[in-house]
Amino acid sequence: MSQVVFDKPKALTDAVLHYCPGCTHGIVHRLVAEAIDELGIEGRTIGIAPVGCSVMAYDYFACDMIEASHGRAPAVATGVKRSMPENIVFTYQGDGDLASIGLCETVSTAARGENITIIFINNAIYGMTGGQMAPTSLIGQVTQTSPYGRNPETQGYPINICELLATLEAPAYLERVTVNNVKNVRNAKKAIKKAFQNQVEGKGFSLIEVVSSCPTNWGMTPQKALEWIDEHMLPQYPLGVYRDKENGVGLAKKEA
Amino acid sequence: MSEKVLMKGNEAIAEAAILAGCRHYFGYPITPQTEVAAYMSKKMPKIGGTFLQAESEIAAINMVYGVASTGKRAMTSSSSPGIALKCEGISYMAGADLPGLIVNVQRGGPGLGGIQPSQSDYFLATRGPGHGDFHVLVLAPSSVQEMADLTVKAFDLADKYRMPAMLLADGTMGQMMEPVELPEPKEVTADKSWAVTGTKMERKHNIVNSLYLKPTELEEKNIERFERYKEIEEKECLWEEFMMEDAEICVVSYGITARVSRNAIIEARKQGIKVGMIRPITLWPFPKKALLLAADKVKSFLSVELNMGQMQEDIELAIQCKRPVGLCKRVGGMIPSPEEVLNSIKEANK
Ligand SMILES: Cc1ncc(C[n+]2csc(CCOP(=O)(O)OP(=O)(O)O)c2C)c(N)n1
Ligand code: SF4
Ligand SMILES: [Mg+2]
Repeated sequence: MSQVVFDKPKALTDAVLHYCPGCTHGIVHRLVAEAIDELGIEGRTIGIAPVGCSVMAYDYFACDMIEASHGRAPAVATGVKRSMPENIVFTYQGDGDLASIGLCETVSTAARGENITIIFINNAIYGMTGGQMAPTSLIGQVTQTSPYGRNPETQGYPINICELLATLEAPAYLERVTVNNVKNVRNAKKAIKKAFQNQVEGKGFSLIEVVSSCPTNWGMTPQKALEWIDEHMLPQYPLGVYRDKENGVGLAKKEA
Repeated sequence: MSEKVLMKGNEAIAEAAILAGCRHYFGYPITPQTEVAAYMSKKMPKIGGTFLQAESEIAAINMVYGVASTGKRAMTSSSSPGIALKCEGISYMAGADLPGLIVNVQRGGPGLGGIQPSQSDYFLATRGPGHGDFHVLVLAPSSVQEMADLTVKAFDLADKYRMPAMLLADGTMGQMMEPVELPEPKEVTADKSWAVTGTKMERKHNIVNSLYLKPTELEEKNIERFERYKEIEEKECLWEEFMMEDAEICVVSYGITARVSRNAIIEARKQGIKVGMIRPITLWPFPKKALLLAADKVKSFLSVELNMGQMQEDIELAIQCKRPVGLCKRVGGMIPSPEEVLNSIKEANK
């Protein structure tokens, strides 16, 4: 007798993903879909796709989907959640989308503690537009618009979203994960599932930052890109839980 | 029939929206529309609705986009500089075929401009406020009663044709107090089977989207939308005629200036001048046919508006330049007096 040990999650459609070979967007899509399957929430989930490489996520997730304008997914999600509080609402956004053009929406939505889930793909680059500098690009990182390497004198320093949002009172759960090896993928899965579970339980704003790769615009093989995450991304973006309200981790309030 | 109540224009908009079944309001403070938000912030929590002061006008319109995606009625209100910020979101709503109400209580511009009444967003509203090829419904109230009635009408038309609607008022209309007969509360009956409400595992997923990477598909979507627009131009034009039976001069004016013009016309008639008015109530669709018909009867037109002659161009187009179209204008927050309009009428009568 044969046994299925590896299958496509039901919360993904049959559409063929358009991502470049070795791009981590595909892995994270799978983890999100698995979490939705395991929690049995597909029928009441509404996802919001960003502007970025994952713009077509609306074709890939089998739940109801909305495509938002660049950076505004958290505002759209706010509208959806206020209209449909019983539904599960998530956004899936890149670093240009969430940490640059949409930073105001990101911070404000987190500060309101909207009971939504955000999956944040930090690949330190604008993938879709062909590899420009992102707010999360590393110091010295060569991109199309930082051809001499990101110079902090003129181009500033990377924005660490989890640390930034951890200064706010409202967020329930903030964790940074990565998907560059099997162990890290397992951890990422746990975090993503918890971020959805929190919403089901009404615990409030959850954001998972996934340190990701863009082999195409980093100019690396997929394997090299995964190694580059370890060597260069993680020192700037340390993995870990930045806020877990129910377990008293990373609370913004100082002792009186 | 309900009793008349004395209300400010801005409050009439808010109350009428609630009666029209709108339970979600998003806005960002700006003069001279603050009473809409203030009214909503008091009322919405008491009726299980949402009032949310958004972080910006951009966020507010995208919250409207979110609610509209779920098939429910939502609105935002602002004034000119804030409306400029909403334009991207309005374009996305048009591209995704989403209904919703945007109230623009106009003030003078460009830039920060001033806070006094203006009609200088006429082009912005009627040409499609945002990038791309599209229109929004534009309704221009001229009394507090119409502030209420056209709010309801705007929601209904937006649902019917799946597109955003803009109520284009001005600071004076917003602040003016008049007795209003409020509309009856109503259930929203439009078909919203396209909305994202969760598949309940009973249907294929719905997608609210404005992205079409295949040019042929995008072309088709645009053409389909403009066929709808054509139907709207044929069926939904609203205007009012005043003393037009024997008129030789046709004043064209909407909103606050239509009220001033009315007084000027009454005075001109006393002085033996045959003048009347066509008051567009919908600015898009623009009542082109009514104007073209009038062109066969009158000698000239006079556009009275609070901008440098934006509607004047539409009148010229509508009447196919068959008659001269004069302009009586004040800008920057100024409103012409009835005497000023009367002088322009006399000028046109020479
Ligand atoms: C208002 C607006 N500005 C700019 C763009 C062009 N644009 C499309 S995707 C993108 C950047 C996306 O980068 P990111 O969010 O990091 O996503 P990634 O592609 O890396 O996954 C930009 C600038 C746009 N579509 N809209
Ligand atoms: S450009 Fe980069 S982020 Fe976009 S699909 Fe390709 S590898 Fe992934
Ligand atoms: Mg990116």
